[in-house]
Amino acid sequence: MRWLHQLAMKLRMLFVRGQAGTRLDDELRFHLDRQIEENRAAGMSVGEAHAAALRAFGNPALLRDQTRATWSWSGLESLLRDLRYGFRTLRRTPGFTIIAVAVMALCIGAATSLFTITRSVLLRPLPFRDPAHLVMLYEHFRAPELNQPSYDYNPVAPADYYDWRAQNQTSTHGFQDMAAWRYAQFNLTGVRGELPEVIAARGGTYNLFPLLGVQPAYGRVFAQDEDRLGANVAILCWSLFERRFAADPSVVGQAIHLDGKPYTVVGVLPKDFTYPDATVQVWVPYATGVPPVVLRHHDFHFSRVVARLRPDVSLASAMSQVEAVQYRLHLQYLSAPVAEDAAQRTITDDLAKDVKKPLLILMCAVGCMLLIGCLNVANLLVARSAARQKEVAIRSALGARRLTLIREQLIESLLISLAGGALGVTLSLAATKWLASAWKDLPTAQSIHVDGAVLAFACALVFAAALLAGLLPAISSTGKSVFASLQSTARTTGGSLHRTALRKALLMIEISVTVVLLIGAGLLIESFVRLRTADVGAVTDNLLTLTYSLPAQKYPTPEKQNAFNEALLARLRVMPGARAVAIGSVLPGAGYGGDDVFLIVEHPPIPPGVIQPDALVRRADPGYFQALGIPLLRGRFFTTDDRTAEGKKLIISRQLAQQYFPGEDPIGKHLSIPAWDTGGPPSTYEIVGEVGDTLWQVGQPDKPMMYSPLLAQSHNIDQIALAVRTASNPLAISIPVQKQIAALDPDLPVSDVMTMDQIIGQSVGSASLSATLVLAFAVLSLLLASVGLYGVLSYLTTQRMTEIGVRIALGAQREQVLRLMLADGLRPALLGLVLGLAGSAATVRFIRSVLYETQPLDPAVFATVAATLLFVAVLACLAPAWRASRLDPMQALRTE
Amino acid sequence: MKSGHHRPAIRHQYLDGLHNFVVDNLGMGKPNDLVQGTLDLLILKTLSPEAMHGWAIAKRIQQVSGEVLQVQQGSLYPALHRLEQQGWIKARWAESETGRQAKFYALTTAGRKQLDTEAANWNRLSAAINLVVSEA
Repeated sequence: MRWLHQLAMKLRMLFVRGQAGTRLDDELRFHLDRQIEENRAAGMSVGEAHAAALRAFGNPALLRDQTRATWSWSGLESLLRDLRYGFRTLRRTPGFTIIAVAVMALCIGAATSLFTITRSVLLRPLPFRDPAHLVMLYEHFRAPELNQPSYDYNPVAPADYYDWRAQNQTSTHGFQDMAAWRYAQFNLTGVRGELPEVIAARGGTYNLFPLLGVQPAYGRVFAQDEDRLGANVAILCWSLFERRFAADPSVVGQAIHLDGKPYTVVGVLPKDFTYPDATVQVWVPYATGVPPVVLRHHDFHFSRVVARLRPDVSLASAMSQVEAVQYRLHLQYLSAPVAEDAAQRTITDDLAKDVKKPLLILMCAVGCMLLIGCLNVANLLVARSAARQKEVAIRSALGARRLTLIREQLIESLLISLAGGALGVTLSLAATKWLASAWKDLPTAQSIHVDGAVLAFACALVFAAALLAGLLPAISSTGKSVFASLQSTARTTGGSLHRTALRKALLMIEISVTVVLLIGAGLLIESFVRLRTADVGAVTDNLLTLTYSLPAQKYPTPEKQNAFNEALLARLRVMPGARAVAIGSVLPGAGYGGDDVFLIVEHPPIPPGVIQPDALVRRADPGYFQALGIPLLRGRFFTTDDRTAEGKKLIISRQLAQQYFPGEDPIGKHLSIPAWDTGGPPSTYEIVGEVGDTLWQVGQPDKPMMYSPLLAQSHNIDQIALAVRTASNPLAISIPVQKQIAALDPDLPVSDVMTMDQIIGQSVGSASLSATLVLAFAVLSLLLASVGLYGVLSYLTTQRMTEIGVRIALGAQREQVLRLMLADGLRPALLGLVLGLAGSAATVRFIRSVLYETQPLDPAVFATVAATLLFVAVLACLAPAWRASRLDPMQALRTE
Repeated sequence: MKSGHHRPAIRHQYLDGLHNFVVDNLGMGKPNDLVQGTLDLLILKTLSPEAMHGWAIAKRIQQVSGEVLQVQQGSLYPALHRLEQQGWIKARWAESETGRQAKFYALTTAGRKQLDTEAANWNRLSAAINLVVSEA
C-alpha cells in the first residue's frame, strides 16, 4: 500500500506543485501565527510577539526552500528553474544569443557532416561476414618507383594469385581462402531495342562471394566450373536489376547481351552490396573473357586479391607464407616485373584509399574550428559574466552555493549549444548530402546518411561544447571573494585584470589555432593551384572527348574496326566547328591505361636480378599527336601505313628517351615487348619518333610512355577515346558528334562525354574540394577570432574609460592613447600568431603527403598568413582604440 | 553518516539554567542520519494516537519530554514533508481547534509498521548505549 501513497505523492508533486507550494506557505503561516498568539498570551505586545515569533521561527524563506527540497522532483524543479533563468537572460540579449547560436550551429553542423562521412567511409563495417578478418593482398616491389604510383602497392598478376592460393590450400593455412577480382566493362545492348549503354563490371573468382559471406538476393553465385573462358554467366548488381530489369526476379535464367554475346543471368546481388563501388553494374566470372595464356602470366598485374584470415592465425604469420611464395616466384622470373614481396591492408582502408587522408585533415580542420567557436562563445560569456559580477557576488553573499552558480551559467552555455546543435544538425543534413555528391572519390557515397550514431555524436558534441564554452567563464566568475567584488565600484580604474587576462589568454589560443588553420588552408590551396596549372603536355582547351568500344562480335577483325574508325574520322573532319580529331586508347590526363615491360634490342641484355624497364602504353592514330597538340621532338609521327600489324612502329616519350637512351638517338632503334608476342617468334618494334611528355594523371609523377599505332597489335583494345578540337565551346558539338557515330552504328553506345578540362578537373576535384573547405573553415575562424579581438578591446576600452579620461585630461595626446590601446589589443594577437606559426611548423608535415609540388614549410604561405592575420587584427583593434582616443575627458570622468 | 558537514546534530543549549536539547540541524544542509532517524521516530510516535498539525506535534514532543526536547521548525517541517513523500504519514487539511484551516498529519498503515520497527531499533540502541555508559 505504501507504494500507492508514494506514487500518489509523486504525481501530486509533479502536477499540482504550485498548489502544494501555496499550501506549504499556509502551513508555515499557521505555525507562525500560533507562535504569535502564544507570545501574546504570555503578555508580549503585538510588535514584540511578532519579532519573538519570527526569531524563534528563523528564516521563513529558507525553511520553505528546505522543506520543498524534500519533495520529489526537486532536482528537476531546480533544473527547470535554471533553464527558465537561462532562457530569460539569453532572451534579454538577443544579439549575443543569435551570434553565439550561429557560431555553434556552423561549428557543430560542419563537424557532424564530416563525422557522418568519416563514419560511413572509415568506421562503418562493410556488409560482409566478419569483415575484420578480410584483408586485401598486393604485390609489393622493393623499388618504390615500380609500384603503382600513389599506391606503393601493385595489383596482383593472375598466376601469382593462383600460386598463392594453391600454396595456401596445400600446406599451412594462414588464410581460409583467397579470391580475386578484375576490372571489366561491357556494352549492354537490349534484345527489344532498348538503348545501348556502357556499364562498369567486375570479374570475380567463383569463391569471391562465399568468401565475403554475401548471399545473392535471387538465384545463385558462380559455380566453380563457370570460372573459365567461355562460360558466359553473369550476376546482376541491384542497381542494374532495378533500373533496367524493373526488379523482376524472372530475369534469373534469362540471357542479357554483353558486348553482343549472350550471358545467362544466374543471380542478383543484394541491395546493400556496392563493393568495390556503387558504379559496378554486373559481375562475370574472373576467367571469363580472359585468354588462358594471360591467366598464366606472372607479370600482368591486373587483379585485386581479397583474403580471409583464419581466426587462430596471426596476420603476420599468414603474410609470411604468402611472401615466401612470392619471393620464390620472383627468383623464378628474375628479370620480369614479378615483385619480391607481398603486402596487405584491411579491406576498409583499401576502399578508403584516396579519401582517408583528406578526410582526416578535414576532420582536424573542423575540430579546430569547433574549438575556436567554443573559445569565442566562452569569450563572450566571460564578458557577460563581468557585467553580472555584482549579481553573483550578492547571491553568494546570500548563501547561494558556488556549484549552483556554476550550474546556472553552464545551463546558459548548454542552451546556446543545444540551440546551435539542433540548427547545426539540420544544416548538416543538407551539407552532408552536398558533400557526398560533390566529393567524387568517396567510395560509399550512396550509403552516407545520418543515423543513431551520428546523432549521438552530435549530442556529445553539444555537451562537450557547452562544457568547453561555459565552464571556464563560470568558474572564473564565481571563484572571487564576495568582498572583493562588492568593493570594486565602477570607478575602479584598473578594471578587472584577472578577467581581462583570461579573455586575452582565450583569444591568444583562438588566434594561434586560427593561424594553424590558415596555414593548412594556404598550403592546400597552393598545392591545388599547382595541380590546376600543371602542364599536362597537351593543349587542353576546346577539346571534346568521349569514349566508345567496338564489340568484337560486330567488329571481329582489325580491318573492320579500322574501317569504322576511318569512316568516323572522315565524317568528323568535315563537320563544321571541328578543327582536328584524335583517336587513341587513352587521352592525356585521363588515367593510367596500363603498362608493359620492354627490352632494347640494340642494348646489351639486362643482367639477371635487374628488373626490366617498363613504360605506359598508349595507342594512337596518326592524327592523335597533332590534334592534341603534343609536340614532335625527333623523327616523325605515325602515318596511315603504320596502322597495320606489319608496320611494328613505335613512338616514345621524351622521358623514355632520356631515361633509356641517354646521349643517343633513339630513332631507328628497336624495342621488344614480350607481352605483345602472340606465341610466334618475338617481334621487334622500330622507334620512329619522339614526342613530348604528357601526364597520365594530374598530380601524379609522370612515367615513360610508348605509343603504338591504334590497331597494330594482336589483341583488341577495350576502349577507344575520341577527342575533337573545336573553335569554341566544345560541348556545343557533342550532340552532332554523337549523331555522326549513331549514323555509322546505331547500336554503339558512347560514354564519358566531356571536355578535356573536365577530365582534368575530375582528377583535381578532390584537392579543390578539400582546399576550398579548409579555406572556408579557416576564413570563418579568422572572422571569429577578429570578432573576439574586437570584443575584448571594446570591453577593455569601456573598463578603462575613466583612466583614459584622466590621461587625456592630464594632457596625453590622442595618438598616444591610440597607440596604447592598439598595443594592448595587438599583444595577444602577436603572441597567438607566434604560437600559431610554431604550431603550424610542427604540424604541417602531417599533410605533406597530400601536397603536390608544395613544401610544407612554404615561406610564401607562412608570410601571407602572418600578414593577413596582422592586418585583420589591426583592423579589429582599430575601431575600439580610435574610439578610446576620441574620448571626451569631461564626459568620461562624469560617467559612473 | 552522511559526510560533508561536521556540525553537531544535537546541540546542548543552556537556557535559563535548564539543560534543553534542541532538535535542530542548524538550518544548514541535510541533517545527519542519527538526528533524522530520531526525529522521524519522535514524529511517528507522537502521531500514533491521533492526527495532528505541525504546531501541535512540536508542542506535544516538548510537553511529553518534560520540556527537554525542543523541535525547531527548521527540522520539523522538512521532516514532516519527507515522511509524507515516503508514504509513512498522510496529510489532510481540516479545521483546527482555533477554527483556522491547518494541515493535519496522520500515520498510514505502513507508517504504523515503520513506527514499530524504529521503536524496537531505538530500544535496542538505547539499551545498548545504557549498558556501555553505565559500565563503571
